[in-house]
Amino acid sequence: MSRLRFATPLLVTLLAGCMLESCSHLSREGVGWSGSVRAASSVKPDKERKAAPDFSLKDADGKVVHLSDYKGKVVLLDFWATWCGPCKIEIPWFMDMQRKNKDKGFEVLGVAMDDEGWEVVKPFLTDLGVNYRVVIGNDGTADMYGGVDALPTTFLIDRSGKIAAVHVGLASKKDFEDGIQELLQAPMAASVIRAAVPALIRPK
Amino acid sequence: MKAKIPVTIKDGYHINSSTPSDEYLIPLKVTWKSTGALEGGQVVYPKPTVEKFEFQQPNEKPLSIYSGSFEIVVNFKVAGNAQAGPGVAVGQLRYQACSNKACYPPKNIDITVPYQVQPGS
Repeated sequence: MSRLRFATPLLVTLLAGCMLESCSHLSREGVGWSGSVRAASSVKPDKERKAAPDFSLKDADGKVVHLSDYKGKVVLLDFWATWCGPCKIEIPWFMDMQRKNKDKGFEVLGVAMDDEGWEVVKPFLTDLGVNYRVVIGNDGTADMYGGVDALPTTFLIDRSGKIAAVHVGLASKKDFEDGIQELLQAPMAASVIRAAVPALIRPK
Repeated sequence: MKAKIPVTIKDGYHINSSTPSDEYLIPLKVTWKSTGALEGGQVVYPKPTVEKFEFQQPNEKPLSIYSGSFEIVVNFKVAGNAQAGPGVAVGQLRYQACSNKACYPPKNIDITVPYQVQPGS
């Protein structure tokens, strides 16, 4: 009868995502932002904002959505997943903000990062009664935004399509609300007005 | 025969147990791609901790998680036609981790368990 001897068991040290020391200082250089995981919640001055990368992703109806479709509006762009507990705290807040501010030129756009796609995301959205548009994201989208790894990661984008604030991890509802109101009340740039009402502007 | 897979999770983080409390959560899972001269590979997970986190709603169930250090035990037996000599069982450990504020995508870690089948006495 054969005998079995095991070699020294493998030590498995789980280093997930930003548990690695090198990940404790996330860089968003591709979108002109750098900082620690605990990013500042204030809205950045206009001159420090960089353009939010445009993307083309599909919504639940199969329609292609471009971030540039939202120019002229303040956008809360939320990277999340169904397996993310902190994300589920924020989603009802975002639903409330969508309800209260939609008529003022505000939109929430969710980017679901579930590998299983609509199979798991659609029932989740139905269960929660999510009232804003959600698209399925991918690694390419995450890379465009500096490598989104921790969820939730939320970007506040001004009417000109520039990133005004970033929240990595669970943030406070007040921080979001304050940022949104500041961006909604900011004067609109002339280029944004022209884009919104091209028929009223005639070059001399 | 048992193989033990020691696991250590960094302070401040936790992973879902093999039986998480919500259907949307991704469980800890060990699977085997090949076991060579070994048969079985039944995985015995440790008893999880049940804990409520600050990011949870008051009416949410506590989470079933692992944190700190623990061992996963795998039960093998030698196949009847096993040849004496070295071999290796190859598998994968899948996990998904969170802190109190954020969650990270599920990850896969390759596991190899080298063994030596010795002639019987």
